[in-house]
Amino acid sequence: MEWETVIGLEIHAQLSTRSKIFSGAATAYGAEPNTQACAVDLGLPGVLPVLNKEVVRMAAMFGLATGSTVAKRSVFDRKNYFYPDLPKGYQISQLALPIVQRGKITIELEDGSRKTIGITRAHLEEDAGKSLHEDFHGMTGIDLNRAGTPLLEIVSEPDMRSAKEAVAYMKKIHELVRYLGICDGNMQEGSFRCDANVSIRPKGREKFGTRTELKNINSFRYVERAINIEVERQIDVLESGKEVVQETRLYDADRDETRSMRSKEEANDYRYFPDPDLLPVEITEAFINQVKETLPELPDAKRSRFISQFALSEYDAGILTGSRDLANYFETVAKTADAKLAANWIIGDVSARLNKEDKDISASPVNAGMLAGMINRISDNTLSGKLAKEVFDAMWNGEGDADAIIEKRGLKQITDSSAIESLIDEIIAANPAQVAEYRSGKDKLFGFFVGLAMKASKGKANPAQLNDILKKKLSA
Amino acid sequence: MYHTKTLAELSRLLQKRETSSVELTRAFLDRISTHDKTLNSFITVTADQALAQAKHADAMIQRGEAGALTGLPMAHKDIFCTLDVKTSCGSKMLDNFISPYNATVVEKLAAAGMVMLGKTNMDEFAMGSSNETSFYGAVKNPWKISAVPGGSSGGSAAAVAARLAPIATGTDTGGSIRQPAALCNLTGLKPTYGRVSRYGMIAFASSLDQAGPMAQNAEDCAMMLNAISGFDERDSTSLDKPVPDYGADLNRDIKGLKIGLPKEFFGDGMAPGVREVINKAIEQYRSMGAEIIEISLPNSHLSVPVYYVVAPAECSSNLSRFDGVRFGYRCKDPQDLQDLYKRSRGEGFGAEVKRRIMIGTYALSAGYYDAYYVKAQQLRRMISDDFENAFKQVDVIMGPTAPDTAFNIGEKTSDPVAMYLSDIYTIAVNLAGLPGMSIPAGFSNNMPVGLQLIGNYFDEARLLNVAHQYQLATDWHKQIPEKFI
Repeated sequence: MEWETVIGLEIHAQLSTRSKIFSGAATAYGAEPNTQACAVDLGLPGVLPVLNKEVVRMAAMFGLATGSTVAKRSVFDRKNYFYPDLPKGYQISQLALPIVQRGKITIELEDGSRKTIGITRAHLEEDAGKSLHEDFHGMTGIDLNRAGTPLLEIVSEPDMRSAKEAVAYMKKIHELVRYLGICDGNMQEGSFRCDANVSIRPKGREKFGTRTELKNINSFRYVERAINIEVERQIDVLESGKEVVQETRLYDADRDETRSMRSKEEANDYRYFPDPDLLPVEITEAFINQVKETLPELPDAKRSRFISQFALSEYDAGILTGSRDLANYFETVAKTADAKLAANWIIGDVSARLNKEDKDISASPVNAGMLAGMINRISDNTLSGKLAKEVFDAMWNGEGDADAIIEKRGLKQITDSSAIESLIDEIIAANPAQVAEYRSGKDKLFGFFVGLAMKASKGKANPAQLNDILKKKLSA
Repeated sequence: MYHTKTLAELSRLLQKRETSSVELTRAFLDRISTHDKTLNSFITVTADQALAQAKHADAMIQRGEAGALTGLPMAHKDIFCTLDVKTSCGSKMLDNFISPYNATVVEKLAAAGMVMLGKTNMDEFAMGSSNETSFYGAVKNPWKISAVPGGSSGGSAAAVAARLAPIATGTDTGGSIRQPAALCNLTGLKPTYGRVSRYGMIAFASSLDQAGPMAQNAEDCAMMLNAISGFDERDSTSLDKPVPDYGADLNRDIKGLKIGLPKEFFGDGMAPGVREVINKAIEQYRSMGAEIIEISLPNSHLSVPVYYVVAPAECSSNLSRFDGVRFGYRCKDPQDLQDLYKRSRGEGFGAEVKRRIMIGTYALSAGYYDAYYVKAQQLRRMISDDFENAFKQVDVIMGPTAPDTAFNIGEKTSDPVAMYLSDIYTIAVNLAGLPGMSIPAGFSNNMPVGLQLIGNYFDEARLLNVAHQYQLATDWHKQIPEKFI
């Protein structure tokens, strides 16, 4: 039988506020355990939550960027369950009235086609702390630094039909939240993670199959892998005549398998109810307009603009708009230098060096101004492509800007035709035999003369000019 | 004989330098050590800290930096977190809890220069109407040692009634300031919800809890209310509304005041002796020029059932943090996580608290939530609407605070519903979020009876004015139980 996969994702994006969602404690990652947890985060008797207004602004940005409704009134609820790293015995979240409702986002697939994925909702909630099971000799350590860190949980419609689509969607949301500056997207530190709801159904059937939820997948590669493995497992189950059980499963990357965490029967009754300690969040039209004005240009819009404004290919535009920093870098270069050359250099040499040294564009030793300066020396024929690579390496190594390096190393391209002519005249005079052979039809010897002429110019002769003049002189 | 004086009188003595804060503090500490063995009204007495605060206050008075409350002793209900002092909430669960911070109310009164004598006994987590659910034992009513002082602020009530402290704080979720005030012959005020910060006040039912003064008279209540009211950025449910001087209107004439008597408050539930006292008090107001109007609060019979869904639902969640993990009671030798939770909570909480956690958990469960919690919220709205309509006709609503005078210790402990009915007249006020007071109105069989005054939102100044005018014309509030004179 042919099976169709149905996937919906729940993405947890940690909002990059300086303080927590309901307290003034810092959110910075990696501090000593329990040093960034105040009385409110510890859930001490008598403490009360106070909403950090910044999270509302960030959620509204996400809502506006995905064409969602930003709710005029949203409500925080308590999700009740006991766990040692959940200090209050409940998590403050939003159930019935989330702040962001009904949006969508378009993903590009590998074959170049596009698909729109529905966003059901995005709601604000607090993160829990961490339970540490190692190093405590049969006991569990609790670190509450992360408790109260703001999260935006973004829930998609079950619109994805393959692991690849799920990854494309996750990457798209990842790119968007970083563009908006509301999440640093750091997956290793858990700032961006996802749960996947996966089911399969016979192709052509409308009714969804029973789904399982894969918990806490923290890399793009694992998402693809976990979904594919889970789909295979579900196919095996169904084809052997059994039924898929609705349950939560954990993806184990080391063993490359998913395994059951808890079934629906074991699931908690969270006893949600509106948190009486917090007022409903009321958002005015004026506030939404204010947020709208601060929205940066979004990736799709930027891509289209790059294509039309700089005559870039869709592929190049896609890469250059991959992050806001990269796009800004490109635009700065393209402001004063040839855009096409800028695109080639950034996608080529700049990216290669950054990758090799595991650096971000913002940490590039060759800044946008320096790259533009070098490209302009290519455009005005001061540098050949080959010399440019030498200059680029020198700039990367901190020898200064392109002009200084050209000056210091004497790398200026020779474009003076009389200089090139006299150089060629000397070569013709010194190699009469080869000249005769060439003239009798041995065209291959042309390369020999080019080589000699280049050598004589120490590689600095403009190649196109040199070719032209050489051809003219040899056929004379 | 400082203890026979009101807070306002003691304040004048201090300002005229006829006594010192240290002297006052010593006098009240002495009374506590003499009488509290009988009453059990304090859980913790903070004598050293009190004397240090008193010295500090005397220095302020010397420098002329004193305010009206500087140097005056008081007691806090043990529900308020107090820095470096045990804050038990009347529970074994928090018997070992030393708070690392001060509640806003505590901070404000300390900043005003008041001296904390100690922390008063209370029903466990404020759940009770007789102070019998306390881990620290029942509190005795100074008017009759075999009787309850009411609850949950029973310790504060008994302490002020016996003049072991000139004034105390209380909290009121369903009547916990007003009912013990009535049973102990005190003036107690529950402010409008949101008037006083709840930060640092251990939550029972967050949408109902409110702190207020328990005092000898309205003037003293106004003095404390002035200091504790106001917006607190640490409590999102506190309201950002200017705080008037609650003492300013005390002497206003009440001629023409429209007093509403809800017919539902004068039905069969009220004891005849209480009815007699309340009727006399109403006549007193009439003779002072007030107009008496019969009104109706048609949904008030729903108050008790609505309250016993909303309050337990909120408490079941609020009390989840007491899990034996980070602070408070932890069972011995837990075998695993489930065992830690079950035994820490099973052993740490008393029967009434467990009963309410179970009721609340049930009411919030999948499949019951709509029938109980959602329904209760709808009815709560209707109860509020009744009051809103009533206040279109009248300025103040009056009736009994409690259906009867103080009952005997042990009398109602085996019948929770009978106990819950002690708050039948007070609960609706919390559900609506309105301010309410209880003032001494007389005696029935030598036991005090309280008259309840209910005001419109933020109308505390009027309530205090109405109470004060009555207290100028009567002296019920000046009565002190014989053994404690």
